[in-house]
Amino acid sequence: MAEKIKFELVSPAKLLISESVDMVVVPGSEGDFGALALHAPMITTVRPGVIDVHNDGKVGNRIFVAGGFAEVNEVRVTVLAEEAIPVADITADMASARLQDAREAMADAKTDAEKAAADQRMLIASALQAAIH
Amino acid sequence: MPSLKDLRLRIVSVKSTRKITSAMKMVAASKLRRAQSAAEAARPFAERMERMLGTLAGSLAGQAGAPAMLAGTGKSDVHLIVMVTADRGLCGGFNSSIVRDVRRLTAELIRGGKTVKILPVGRKGREQIKRDFGSNLIEGFEGLGRKGITFPEADMVASKIVAMFGNGEFDVCTVVYNRFQSAISQVVTRQQLIPFAVTAGEDKSGELKATYEFEPSEEEILATLVPRNLAIQIFRSTLESQASEQGARMTAMDNATRNAGDMINGLTIKYNRSRQAQITKELIEIISGAEAL
Repeated sequence: MAEKIKFELVSPAKLLISESVDMVVVPGSEGDFGALALHAPMITTVRPGVIDVHNDGKVGNRIFVAGGFAEVNEVRVTVLAEEAIPVADITADMASARLQDAREAMADAKTDAEKAAADQRMLIASALQAAIH
Repeated sequence: MPSLKDLRLRIVSVKSTRKITSAMKMVAASKLRRAQSAAEAARPFAERMERMLGTLAGSLAGQAGAPAMLAGTGKSDVHLIVMVTADRGLCGGFNSSIVRDVRRLTAELIRGGKTVKILPVGRKGREQIKRDFGSNLIEGFEGLGRKGITFPEADMVASKIVAMFGNGEFDVCTVVYNRFQSAISQVVTRQQLIPFAVTAGEDKSGELKATYEFEPSEEEILATLVPRNLAIQIFRSTLESQASEQGARMTAMDNATRNAGDMINGLTIKYNRSRQAQITKELIEIISGAEAL
C-alpha cells in the first residue's frame, strides 16, 4: 500500500498520536469503519471502543477511546477523544473498578440527567472490559 | 529615632519575608513550567474542535434547526459572565485586572438594560466582586485544579452552564479570563461562548473544501459537539488562566524579593550609622568625663 493516511488522536489534555499509517479502524456510533487514504470526507461521532491502527498489514497500535468525534477526509483522520488509553495499559482491575463505579452511579441516579450520565459511564466501562478480552 | 534593637529586629523580619517571597517565586516558576506545557498541550484539541465545528456550522449555515446553543436564542436580555480567577492572592494584578474588566462589562450591560449573572470560578474573584455586584453573583466554583486542572473538572463547570442554558436562565454567555502570553504579560480576554462566535480569519480553505458526509446527522452531531466544545473552551480558558496566574505570581514575587533586598540595604545602612553615632557619643562622654577631673 503506497498511499498512507495521516492519523491524529487528540485528547483534551494533549496530542497523543500524529503519524502516517496504512489504515485506521474507528468505532463509529453507526458502526466501525476503516479509513484508508482517499476516504470520502465525513464527520461522525465515536462510541466507546477500540481504535485499531494498521501498518504493513498488521494491527500496530490499539487504543481505547471513551467516545468522541472523528473527522475523515482524503488525507487525514482526526479523532477527538474524551479519554484515550492504550489497550496494553488497561488492566483487569481498572476495568472492573470502573464498572463498579458505574453501577454505583446507576444505583444513586435520581434525575433523568444523572441516569443518562450513569448510563454513559456504564457503556464506557463495559467497552473497556470488552477491550481487554 | 528607632533604637538599635528595633532596627535589628526589623532587618531580621524583612530578611525572613524575603526568604518567603523568593521561595514563592521558585515554586511559581516550577509550577509555571508545568502549567504552560499543559496549556500548550491542550491547544491542538481545541483547534481541531473548532475546525470541525466550523465545518459543521458552515454546512448548516442558513438552515433552520441549528441548535440554540450555536445560533443563540435570538435575544440578548440576560448575560452570563464566567469569571475565571485564582483561588489565591499574592500574584500581582492578576485577579484584580479580571475583576476590573468584569466590573466594567457588568456596568455597561446593566446600563444597557440587560440582566447580568456572574458565575465566578476561583475564590478571589468572588470575594472582590461581592461588594459591587453581590446580587448578580450566582454560585460558582472554587478549588478547581489544585494540582493542575483536569478535563472532568472543566466539564463540571460546562455542564452547569449547559444546564442553565437549557432552563433558559440566560441568552448570552461570555467568559473572561487571563490569556497567557508570557511570564510577564497576561492579557485579559473576553470570549463569547454562546452563541458560538465562529472565529473567522484562519481559514485553511486551501486544503480541502469538499462536502462532508455526516454520521448520524448534522443535527445529532451538533447536539453533542456543541456542549463538548463549550467544555473544551472552559477547559482551555482555565488552563490559560492557571499558567497566567503562576506567571503573574512569579513576577510579583520577584519584585517583592527585590524590594525586600533594597529595604534590607537601607535598614542596614541606617543601623550602622546609628551604631557608629552611639559609639561616638559614648566616646565623647568618656573623654569629656576624663577631662573634667
